[in-house]
Amino acid sequence: MKARIRITLKNGVLDPQGKAIQNALSSLGFKGVEEVRQGKYIEVDLVSTDEAAARTEVERMCRELLANLVIEDYAFELTAK
Amino acid sequence: MKSSVIVFPGTNRERDVADVLADVTGTAPHIVWHGDSEVPQSDLIVLPGGFSFGDYLRCGAMAAHSPIMRDVVAKAKAGVPVLGICNGFQILCETGLLPGVLQRNASLKFICKDVWLKVESTRTHFTRCYNQGEVAQMICAHGDGNYFADPATLDRLEGEGQVAFRYCDPAGNITPESNANGAQRNIAGISDATGRILGMMPHPENAAEAMLGSVDGRKLFESLLAAA
Repeated sequence: MKARIRITLKNGVLDPQGKAIQNALSSLGFKGVEEVRQGKYIEVDLVSTDEAAARTEVERMCRELLANLVIEDYAFELTAK
Repeated sequence: MKSSVIVFPGTNRERDVADVLADVTGTAPHIVWHGDSEVPQSDLIVLPGGFSFGDYLRCGAMAAHSPIMRDVVAKAKAGVPVLGICNGFQILCETGLLPGVLQRNASLKFICKDVWLKVESTRTHFTRCYNQGEVAQMICAHGDGNYFADPATLDRLEGEGQVAFRYCDPAGNITPESNANGAQRNIAGISDATGRILGMMPHPENAAEAMLGSVDGRKLFESLLAAA
C-alpha cells in the first residue's frame, strides 16, 4: 500500500514561514489571500497489502517520528500501489 | 569529573565544549559516536551544537532516534546530568526529556550574535554558581531557537522554577526587543523537574574564555563541579 501523509501545524501555532509566503504572494499581486499555512507531505510505500495493518503502522510512524505532536497534526490516506 | 560528549553526523561544536570541559574539570571528555550503543560511565553527558543529520525532517528529530540515545535517555532517567546546547536542546525536546519544541526563528533568519541572559533559576545543577537574576552574556547561533510549548506547560515550567535562562537586554530587562528568536516568554533555556537535565539555545562553551569576549558561560560548567 501507499501512504500519503500530510503534516500541518496545529491551530494557534505561529507559522512564520506561512506568513513569509503570504507576504511574497501579496507582493506578487495576489490580493485575495487571507492566510497561508505551510506543512509537509510525505509518501511512504509499504510492503503490506492489508489496510488495517498498514493503518496501524503509519499511525505509529507519524506519532514516533514524522510529526511532533507538540506543534503538529497529521492526516493520511492509504491506497493500493 | 568525567564527561561524555555525543557526536552525531553534522555535529560541529563538540570540540568547543570538549575544550572547556577539559579546562574546567581537568579531564578530557569521552567523545562518543552516535552509532554506539552505550555511553561510558560519566558524571555528565553533553549533546553539543551543530546540525545533526542536516536538520532533516525537524531539527534534532533524526538524532533523537540514533542508537546512542536509548542509553542517553536511560542514564538521564537514572540521574546522570545531561546538557543539551543549541542542536542538543532540540534533540532533548525531540526525545521528550524536556517539554516543548524549538521552532523556526520568528524572523526566519539564522541568528549569530551576542545575547544577554537573565539567570532565572539557580537550583539546577548547571546554574548554582550564578546569582539569581544575574545577567550572563553568551553567543547564539541558530535558525530554529524559537521555544514553543502550550500555555499550561509554560505555566508549569515557570511555577516549578524550570525556566533557567531568559533573553534580556544588557541591563537585565526582559523585553520583546531582547528576545532573539521569538521564543515564548523569552525562554532561552529550561531544565527538567530534577534540575539535572538542561537545554539551552545560546552557547556557554563559546563564552568561557576572555579571548572570546565573555567568560559568563564558564560558571555553567563550574556549577557541575560544585554539584559533583
